[in-house]
Amino acid sequence: MMDEACENKAKCKEEKVKCCMRSRAKSRSNWMLLAPIYVFTILFVGLPILYMFLLSFLSRAKVWGVDFTFTLDNYKRILEPMYIDMLRESFQLAVLSTSIITLLGYPYGYFMARMNAVWKKRMMLLIMIPFWTSSLIRLYGWIIMFRSNGVLDKVLMGIGLTQKPLKLLYTYPAVVVGMVYALLPFMILSVYSSAEKMDWTLVEASRDLGASAFKAFWTVTFKLTLPGLLSGVVLTFIPSMGLFFIADILGGNKIVLVGSVIQEQLTKGRNLPFAAALSAVLMVLTSLMIRLYRKVTRTTELEGLV
Amino acid sequence: MKTRKWPFIYVGVITVITYIPIIMTVIYSFNVSKLTSVWEGFSLKWYEELFRDRDLKEALMNSLILAALSCSCAVLIGTTGALGMYRAKRQSVAGGRTAGTLGVKAGGGRLNDVIAYVAMLPIMIPEIILGMVFLSIFSLMGLPFGMVTLVIAHTTFCVPYVYSMVKARLVGLDKSLEEAALDLGASPVRVFFDITLPQIMPAILSGVMLAFAMSFDDVVISIFVTGPKVNTLPVKIYTKLKTGVTPEINALATVMLSITVTLILASSVVGKIRVRNVYK
Repeated sequence: MMDEACENKAKCKEEKVKCCMRSRAKSRSNWMLLAPIYVFTILFVGLPILYMFLLSFLSRAKVWGVDFTFTLDNYKRILEPMYIDMLRESFQLAVLSTSIITLLGYPYGYFMARMNAVWKKRMMLLIMIPFWTSSLIRLYGWIIMFRSNGVLDKVLMGIGLTQKPLKLLYTYPAVVVGMVYALLPFMILSVYSSAEKMDWTLVEASRDLGASAFKAFWTVTFKLTLPGLLSGVVLTFIPSMGLFFIADILGGNKIVLVGSVIQEQLTKGRNLPFAAALSAVLMVLTSLMIRLYRKVTRTTELEGLV
Repeated sequence: MKTRKWPFIYVGVITVITYIPIIMTVIYSFNVSKLTSVWEGFSLKWYEELFRDRDLKEALMNSLILAALSCSCAVLIGTTGALGMYRAKRQSVAGGRTAGTLGVKAGGGRLNDVIAYVAMLPIMIPEIILGMVFLSIFSLMGLPFGMVTLVIAHTTFCVPYVYSMVKARLVGLDKSLEEAALDLGASPVRVFFDITLPQIMPAILSGVMLAFAMSFDDVVISIFVTGPKVNTLPVKIYTKLKTGVTPEINALATVMLSITVTLILASSVVGKIRVRNVYK
């Protein structure tokens, strides 16, 4: 009796060792699978980003390049009224564009999820076509529209809404339209993917139990599509701080975004450390938003990103 | 459920508005006048000019090569990475029970999470930061700006698309198929090529398509990491838009648009055929 138990134990141990060895061999082959992503990510994403943070504390060399002496000047410079204003303006533009995108995109994604399978597919195609065309070319279409005496002016004057050309190109509204236009698909797709997965019987149940249409929407649908909505907000808010070419092309040089300043510091100003400091600030803001998103929705991946 | 009309109207109106600028671009590509605001008659001269433009052709070639190269790298890194991460997680879940008694820790879990997070960063942070980061690191490393730097930079933001697509697909995969194949004596390599790969192929393909589109369209990052000799198509268009606009751009836009539409329609048709074959 004792012997048997002992033998069993020994066997058991043997099994376990074998199993462990197998899993070790497995994990060795697994390391081979993981090696490319580890090496590439560390070398070309992780380290460069760390270098950016380091760079933001260095000073700029006389002509071009970096002087390896520690300084906080770059961050002090961001606190100058000029740059604080610029940050605030960028932030405001991002908030405004994101709000408009949310108001337009949420119902769109929601309605799309309620269509039948054939229409869903058709709508998907219709969304994907502009999404796949070069964003520059789509923006260019707005230049044609907004140009003084352009298509929009002609139409508006034609129906008698306005008397004079509006001269919308190179104005703030033009930039907002450009941002909304470029980023709207992200919101639509996020909300759609969230609403698509939703269990609609829950809405019916709440209606059966006597909730009004609005209450059913607010307590069930809205809550369940919130991850998609928030993911859409993250996906539109973050890029809208950095898409300098939209501000450039539709806003002339009048609207200055964080992105535009970073670009200018890199190309014309040749001040790498200051550009790094601005990027670092933007990066921290972004990470905070993503953390907040994760905390609120308790998920790690952004909805509708894939 | 009764169907209401106004959701369709709402969706319809917004969709139409998103198409107006695109349609305008197409219409004005056939305009005689150099000015984009006046319509003076039909002509194909901008297309002729477009096909004579050597710079644009070269830029187009560069963009295609760049997208193809960075997508290939991304497929390799993203797919193996997703497989590795997925297996590591599965092992640590399964191993946690047996290994615990022998005091073996299923290591690497935390580190894997960190790496996966960092690998996803390129599509979460604003593009401009990536551009700035690459500009500074490449000049620190002394790499000459050109195709090599472009491929590295583009690969970083192509990897997340492939990785997340494949990862999502792996999670939803039926494990019993792999196990059955292993039990029947297939080697792990064979199991991968005969069972796993065919199942994750759609995810790899859609990841690649997305990555290709993003790479082909990228301006912000390319502007910073491209050299004086290498132009990509979006960079070229951007400089053209900033300097002087000619209807040649309209013609180019129309050509590109028709290519995209054809590709999308073709892929949806091919997709239908494939689905039908599978369920026969």
